[in-house]
Amino acid sequence: MARFVPLSQAVAENLGNGDSVAFEGFTHLIPTAAAHEAIRQGFRDLTLIRMTPDVVYDQMIGMGLAKKMIFSYAGNPGVGLLRRMRDAVENGFPHKIEIEEHSHAAMANAYEAGAAGLPCAIFRGYRGAELARVNPNIRSIECPFTGESLAAVPALRPDITFIHAQKADRRGNVLVEGIVGIQKEAVLAAKRAVVTVEEVVDDFSDLHPNLTILPHWTVTDIAVVPGGAHPSYTHGYYARDNAEYLKWDKIAADRDLFRDWMQKNVLDATPEDFAARVEKLRDAG
Amino acid sequence: MSKPEFTPNEMMTIAASRALKNDDVCFVGIGAPSAACNIARLTHAPDITLIYESGTIGTAPDVLPLSIGDGELCDTALTTVPVPEMFRYWLQGGRITIGFLGAAQIDKYGNINTTVIGDYDSPKTRLPGGGGAPEIATSSQEVYITLAQSKRGMVEKIDFYTSFGHGDGGDHRERLGIDTKGPTLLITDIAIWKPDPVTKEFTVVSLHPGVTRDQVQETCGWVVRFADGVEETPPPTELELATLRDLKARTEAAHKGA
Repeated sequence: MARFVPLSQAVAENLGNGDSVAFEGFTHLIPTAAAHEAIRQGFRDLTLIRMTPDVVYDQMIGMGLAKKMIFSYAGNPGVGLLRRMRDAVENGFPHKIEIEEHSHAAMANAYEAGAAGLPCAIFRGYRGAELARVNPNIRSIECPFTGESLAAVPALRPDITFIHAQKADRRGNVLVEGIVGIQKEAVLAAKRAVVTVEEVVDDFSDLHPNLTILPHWTVTDIAVVPGGAHPSYTHGYYARDNAEYLKWDKIAADRDLFRDWMQKNVLDATPEDFAARVEKLRDAG
Repeated sequence: MSKPEFTPNEMMTIAASRALKNDDVCFVGIGAPSAACNIARLTHAPDITLIYESGTIGTAPDVLPLSIGDGELCDTALTTVPVPEMFRYWLQGGRITIGFLGAAQIDKYGNINTTVIGDYDSPKTRLPGGGGAPEIATSSQEVYITLAQSKRGMVEKIDFYTSFGHGDGGDHRERLGIDTKGPTLLITDIAIWKPDPVTKEFTVVSLHPGVTRDQVQETCGWVVRFADGVEETPPPTELELATLRDLKARTEAAHKGA
């Protein structure tokens, strides 16, 4: 049975220095509030796992939380590059990070393998591509039936996964609709899972059962954080704040501007601030 | 009657849109490919199936998405599937006719780099990486590529093989056991290119209006080959231009936010 706890407690009691952690969300439902809480609590030496480590991981790397990143697309989609991550990779600022790079297909299959309790994922991928040369975790395997050479990558099994979702019921069952991304697999692959939600309702009896993606016993803790995905979005609640993603490019380009922004919007802020950030976006959601 | 004026970028998008057919199932990359695919849908290919890697199938956005997972894509889609399913059943399962990719760097065989400029371990510029592209390039039945020409972008040798095109040319794909066609079309801001049937080297088959052969060579890092009987790309029609400009204006207004 999932516990309902404040976000600060959920982060403090589930995340630890040196953990491998996935803050997953595929554009939609990115758990920004949970990531900001991790930054406030000042964890170190994290292995950050995510298919699309956009603004949130740029912030965590820029604040020095990351030791390693496992990813498949490190950009701010439609805007450009992740400038804090680039500064770490190209110049070692604030310190060097190790990277393990994959394709989306590999990461998606690796989470599925983790959720399925398999040691590795097998798929038809990376043919002719050069990532296999620089990433020793990309290997190949021969199909025992056809002899075809297939790509193999180790299963992803994070110590902890954070996701954001529309709602939970009072028992802790979790509902997601819209772009469902990779969140279910990332939770089922992890040892512990924390879900932030927009709201809690008594039960889901009036809703379509296909919307419930995680039964309560697959989730460790749930924290209610309205607006907790901003500047990402929550389908049915508020729209993606594309203007914020465009602005991030300028903020992240300058080390001092970045630090000032983080002080004001993360270090000196609280989970409650998220509700105000999405107020103007609610009609469009 | 005066001809409509247009920019090279507009010509590129419109020429790329014309390559798409009504019955295509297209895996859409963000940026220029997204614009081209939606212009096709809004003009000559209303029933085209557009798929974005966030899982949206048969989407018909009113404005261009900033990211591959904007809410607009899901709201207007026929269905939305989980990301693992997207890559396993739909792409790997062979259900995509055209993978439409952009590129930071490309060589004459349609190999694409979107990973690093310089050495992988100590890069001059760290780019976003492959995302869905390595498998889009080999599992889609055909691949179209679009980019604006420059000597930095069109190089003799790319720094990193993010997505495999025709490798070193000839039958390189077949030798690796890849049974899809690979890059069959390259649309730039000044020309249309197709691979030579035997060597697989991209050759210029059409010049956009007013473009000279010298301009193509000046903005390309390899020695350009021209096909026999190079054609001139028909200029954008008034309908194509108006559709593209309306879409861009709607998109810009939407992304500025409240």
